[in-house]
Amino acid sequence: MNLGAWGEARRRAREQGDFSALIALIPYAGFLGVQVRLEEGEPRFRLPYRPSFIGAVAAKRLHGGVTAGFLENAATLHLLLTQDEPRVPKSIDFSIDYLRGGEAAELHASCSLVRQGRRVALVQVRCWQDDSREVALARVHFLLSNPAGDGT
Amino acid sequence: MTDSDFYTALAERFVVSVPHMQECGMRVDSLDARHGQMSLPFRREWLGDIERGRIHTGVVTTLVDSVGGLAVICAVGRSCAVATLDLRVDYLRPAVAGRALHCRAECHRMTSTIAFVRARVWQDGEADDCAVAQGSFMWSLESKPVA
Repeated sequence: MNLGAWGEARRRAREQGDFSALIALIPYAGFLGVQVRLEEGEPRFRLPYRPSFIGAVAAKRLHGGVTAGFLENAATLHLLLTQDEPRVPKSIDFSIDYLRGGEAAELHASCSLVRQGRRVALVQVRCWQDDSREVALARVHFLLSNPAGDGT
Repeated sequence: MTDSDFYTALAERFVVSVPHMQECGMRVDSLDARHGQMSLPFRREWLGDIERGRIHTGVVTTLVDSVGGLAVICAVGRSCAVATLDLRVDYLRPAVAGRALHCRAECHRMTSTIAFVRARVWQDGEADDCAVAQGSFMWSLESKPVA
């Protein structure tokens, strides 16, 4: 049992603004290159562009999976940073609406916790490019860790 | 080009024509006018939870989005531009480390602009789904962006 790794990574993120330990615990976030910063205490997410994110070459649009994967990571990290989950919460389901094709440029996201029950939380994610061009809206239902810490 | 030539060529060039699918190492396993099926070999960087050894659900979604797009092109039966309108994925059980993901998608209704797709994702046995999904895609025979 290594609950300490998550707790320590979260402490470094919250107190020192150093998110590297947290990202290191989520290899797929590292693969995509998800970046986090706190803006007035609220996590803000950024995904720098790279050419291998393209899904439609002729139209030069991002692969929908890149946007979706980024937003799922944002929702998970938001919950980890703003709540006291002892580890990565499990996703129950995910839903995304694409508002526009993603341009070949960096993505930004912010999240809101719509509802937190005892066992389930709903996180909504907004994704945009270039300040205000909305690209997608997504939501994730998470199964929260058992307070007794039995790992379910 | 005959129908079977089109599907043979599509199976060969689909992944190499899409940079992100190529980066992830996806493979087309089978396709015809009614379905597309692809797999994604395991990599350590797919993990979403290093302690529990589980594949990140975002990786599952990326595969679903890819195979959904393939199923639309298969249903159209010729080269076309495809853009995802929305996608909903239910994560029935965790996808575990060390095993490939497989996804099969079928287009169950087409209009002149929209394709409705259902997909399933599994690891070992096809009867043991780790995710099911449905999505709507826009399609167009023009090569310019459709959304």
